[in-house]
Amino acid sequence: MSETSTREPSPRDLSPRTLSRRKLITTGLAATAGVAGLGVAARIAQRYGLIPPDHGGFYGLGETLTYASQRLLTRHSLAREFSRSQISQPPFPNEMPPLNDAFKSLQAGGFADWRLSVSGMVARPSSFSLAQLKSYPSRSQITMVQCEEGWSYIAEWIGVPLSQVLQAVEVHPQAKYVVYFSIDPDWWESIDMADALHPQTFLTYGMNGGELPVGNGGPLRLRVARQLGYKSVKFITHLTVTDNLKTFGKGLGSSAPEGGYAWYAGI
Amino acid sequence: MEIVISHPRFYWGETGNDLTPTLFKLPIPASRNLVQSGYGYVLPDQNGWSRYLHFQSAWLLVFTGLLYVAFSLLNGHLRKDLLPDGADLSWRAFSKSIASHLRFERPSAAEALSYNMLQRLSYLFVIFILFPFVIWTGLAMSPAFVSAVPAAVNVLGGQQSARTLHFFVSLALVLFLLVHVGMVWFAGFKSRMWAMITGRAAVPKEGA
Repeated sequence: MSETSTREPSPRDLSPRTLSRRKLITTGLAATAGVAGLGVAARIAQRYGLIPPDHGGFYGLGETLTYASQRLLTRHSLAREFSRSQISQPPFPNEMPPLNDAFKSLQAGGFADWRLSVSGMVARPSSFSLAQLKSYPSRSQITMVQCEEGWSYIAEWIGVPLSQVLQAVEVHPQAKYVVYFSIDPDWWESIDMADALHPQTFLTYGMNGGELPVGNGGPLRLRVARQLGYKSVKFITHLTVTDNLKTFGKGLGSSAPEGGYAWYAGI
Repeated sequence: MEIVISHPRFYWGETGNDLTPTLFKLPIPASRNLVQSGYGYVLPDQNGWSRYLHFQSAWLLVFTGLLYVAFSLLNGHLRKDLLPDGADLSWRAFSKSIASHLRFERPSAAEALSYNMLQRLSYLFVIFILFPFVIWTGLAMSPAFVSAVPAAVNVLGGQQSARTLHFFVSLALVLFLLVHVGMVWFAGFKSRMWAMITGRAAVPKEGA
């Protein structure tokens, strides 16, 4: 049996076995340079605070790329604000974690005894009542809450910018993160200083012209406008300023990565 | 899929939630009990790692995509192999190509060495329309990204519109993948896979 080619082979139709030695060496060198470059990049990123606390593990690279690129691109950008006519009606209270007894007793007292304690790397650790928080000039924003599940709503959020409170307690210059805790012990989060000092990050006590309903996190919710809803922790009772997230929980930055979700939720 | 089933409802505009009307709903139960899917149970919730995987893969797609496009421009792959040449664009050639596809003719030896016209057009569509659009609609859902580039979501008609479009473009890409793999199978799986990975086509032998 004869084997005749149907067509004259052109120079491009080489067998794959003829990968040249030169090509192998070039590829090898390129790969080495790439790995070395990654190492340097990682060190620079660490220095400029571009590495998220949940950077370990299989998905760490993607998370780091997202966080680092968005920190470079969006450090000062403002979340989109909407017109009053775009506010979602009826307002959407999403699923509630069961309220614990500590919450219920404060609720029975009309939240008069609700306190927000502030500790950590601050000159004056303090504890604020809702009335004290309301004595600061109030600000409002009409922004969207987006849940990682896929739904969303727009509301007017009224409160005091977190930066005002941080200024009042005098945050140390070495501070890197603010960790904040719900009265629900399973829900705590943290943000970097870029988000903590962001003008749209509010300690929120009002919504759509009234009090902040319990269903939306009342009496006090930390609103982080440029991240998904789970970063806007409801029923805030405590926040602390730190330069190291390793000492909190499992050291992943917040309760979200412990439950399998990304720490940085600006996506 | 895991991400979609946590809220299998789609909307048009800026916002959408369980209290607002939908554009359409997928007739499946959800993995979260927040959603009234009409089913009495919820599916297992695997949204966490699914999202990690999704965004990691997105980065991989962006990097390989950029490399592919850059090299295609540099080595002439785009000009030589992807852009249809003049003769191919006549109606005659076009209808001939469609007809041979409809008759499920196996590709000739000459065709094994280059892309035919329908192939070129669909590859161009996937590379320069579908992939950029899926990345764009994805970024348009990112609250941080759109804070820096609000136009990315505004021109799409809102964040929920972006989500709906993202869903359809992803479906189109999955459909392309299925048809693509199906046709590779049809044309001879082993030789085609070898050719795709190495970029070198073994010339078909006759009478062996």
